[in-house]
Amino acid sequence: MKDASPAKPYALHLGVIALLFTLSFVLPEYHHGLLARIMVLAVFAMGYNLLFGYVGLLSLGHAMFFSAGLYGAGLAVIHLGWSVPAAFAAGFACGALLALVIGLLALRTSGVAFMIVTMMFAQVFYLVILYLAAWTGGDQGMVVPQPMRVLVLGSTSLDLTNPTVRYMSALTLFSIVLLISLAIVRSGYGRVLVAIRENEERTKMLGYDTFSNKLAAVVISGSICAASGAAYALLFGYVGSSFASVQYSILPLLWVLLGGAATTLGPLIGTLFMYYVIDVASGYTSAYLLIVGIALILLVLFFPRGILGSIRQRWLGWLP
Amino acid sequence: MTDKNGFFDLSRSALTRRTALKGLAAGAGLAVAPGFVRYSQAQSSAPIKIGFQSHRTGIGAAYGRWYEKTTAAAVKAINDAGGINGRQVEVIIEDDGTDPGRGAEVVGKFASQHKTDIVYGTLFSHVVIGSAPAAGEAKMPYFVVSEGHHVASTKLNRYVFQPGITDVKSQIQSMAPWIAANAGKKVTQIFPDFAFGYDHRDYLPPALKAQGAEVIAQIAIPPTESSFTKYFPQIPAETEVIYHVMVGPAVLTFVKELGEFYGSNRPQLFGFIDSLEATDINSPGLEFLDGSHFWEGSPRYAQPDDSPAQKAYRAAVGIDDNGAAVGDPKDVSTAAHMFGCWETLYVVKKAMEDAGYKGPEDRAKLVEATEALTEFADGPEHPQGPKTFNGKIHQCFGIQNISKVEGGRLNVVHKTKIEDGLYEPEGDYTTQAL
Repeated sequence: MKDASPAKPYALHLGVIALLFTLSFVLPEYHHGLLARIMVLAVFAMGYNLLFGYVGLLSLGHAMFFSAGLYGAGLAVIHLGWSVPAAFAAGFACGALLALVIGLLALRTSGVAFMIVTMMFAQVFYLVILYLAAWTGGDQGMVVPQPMRVLVLGSTSLDLTNPTVRYMSALTLFSIVLLISLAIVRSGYGRVLVAIRENEERTKMLGYDTFSNKLAAVVISGSICAASGAAYALLFGYVGSSFASVQYSILPLLWVLLGGAATTLGPLIGTLFMYYVIDVASGYTSAYLLIVGIALILLVLFFPRGILGSIRQRWLGWLP
Repeated sequence: MTDKNGFFDLSRSALTRRTALKGLAAGAGLAVAPGFVRYSQAQSSAPIKIGFQSHRTGIGAAYGRWYEKTTAAAVKAINDAGGINGRQVEVIIEDDGTDPGRGAEVVGKFASQHKTDIVYGTLFSHVVIGSAPAAGEAKMPYFVVSEGHHVASTKLNRYVFQPGITDVKSQIQSMAPWIAANAGKKVTQIFPDFAFGYDHRDYLPPALKAQGAEVIAQIAIPPTESSFTKYFPQIPAETEVIYHVMVGPAVLTFVKELGEFYGSNRPQLFGFIDSLEATDINSPGLEFLDGSHFWEGSPRYAQPDDSPAQKAYRAAVGIDDNGAAVGDPKDVSTAAHMFGCWETLYVVKKAMEDAGYKGPEDRAKLVEATEALTEFADGPEHPQGPKTFNGKIHQCFGIQNISKVEGGRLNVVHKTKIEDGLYEPEGDYTTQAL
């Protein structure tokens, strides 16, 4: 968080976006599809990172925000026949509203209590999805019909099931969220969030309303996660309760820890790394989660700040 | 093809007999060249690749292991008999972690990295539903062995088939006549409060009503529950049959507590063996099930009237007379379901042969050839019994077994007819574009 010129970070982030754009034309088919999925989930991780990395609030319930977007968008298409943009907006709004309510309640706690409260709310959300099985498809989930996954822009129709359209849609969402994240962390508001993380009492003493700032962070974080969930439903055509389970609350934490908490590009690196470790290791052994575990232990031992966090600490102090 | 520089402009050079003969000679020369021969042989003898989406880890691991064993046995039998269209079959396994998100990725991996001819073998419903969009988008024939009603509901897509195992709606419906005639007319259902339970909740009452019986109470138990005693007082006193389909590790506690609740004076019990797949029926705590009845797709225990095909199938898969792995009596199989893998692979073989399947470019033909199938005769390829296949809903219908727990084993006391499980189709996949 040093006062470097803004040119370097922006150049780096635009470079990453350009690289991802270029990769679309050179990657083999399988990796092309996988990277589209990784970019969508990296948005989920970026949303998580905003709260965990920059505000220092460890939530174990972010699966509810992701699945609020997932179900908000998916069910709007399935039951109401809404168009893709309207469904995406519905998913986003569901996540934002849920984050506001959860934030108002959960931010009355902090530390371990915040972790437990968010986990409990997420569990309630998960069970509600199961309970409303007639609408949500329960534990089996539902398919978002392929013919309805078409984005109509004026006279142009973009079929979201087309691999190139899907990749570019994922990249667009990823790029927007990445640049928003960068703008936030470089802004005065971002510095207030870091100040809260470092010493909330002192920040209060300086005259900042820490509750409002934290609440805004929860809402922004939840909204970004919901955007990721909504995109997942529309791009990949499935909504299911497993995305609301505790596993999907822990995954973004791992992705962020791996890539580097409080780094804007860390979530992408972490998600990418974890996905490929699982993908490659599962080809050799059914005990691939053991390999993932060992990789995590090694990273914590030798790169305690995550991949990008350690790089920033040792070599590139200007990394946002 | 009409480059004005003349590069591809065929109109400028007339095809003479001399050039035609030269071309033919060159072509013939190439065809007899050793390299070309090797190449064409490689094309025709390259194995048919089947991507097996297996539950190696996660909640479905016990099923996944036995699905793999059955698949290996079926593929060996098919290959020993000459393969499919003269080509050997190669199975490529990817673990989906019994997770729908990973399942969709695995289907993508088969389609674009392994470049398999089909994807096959998925059991758990949520993984099938989560993976189906990926299969449809990749135009990849996807043969599942799930027993869920999702395929027959026609809510998936044209590339998804279930030709090797009867769906749960049909299974439930075909149980009703026997329950009403032999167990009792007043039925209380106890089921897990999630999708697997809802199939039973929704399909049993109308089926029983049609037989002059009725469901007098439905007790849904939350999936997080680990003790069940508090639910038992909800069972009406006039209940003649308790129909239970609890699944997962809690089933042992469920049975034990039900036994403690009723003692020796209990109503009839009827359940689906899904509760106890891969579990020894003689496990401590299950004594209370003695004398009760279960649905079985294929019998776990060898039966006196087993057909030669059934005997050969059991030997090939490696299960003993008690339905456990040969040499390891504690390794109990998932016999009631895993026959579906064997039979599905033979359906794939038949459809590929009917379609003259050569490679991925013939996938649409394979879909149409599968849809054109109507019957599977009892025999080595279909050891569980005869089946009909409805190409419009991509679902097969077969006989079902009702077995009684007696002396620590399951004895088949009734076999249903195929007609018992037929219902009106809910849609038609063949109207969807390929």
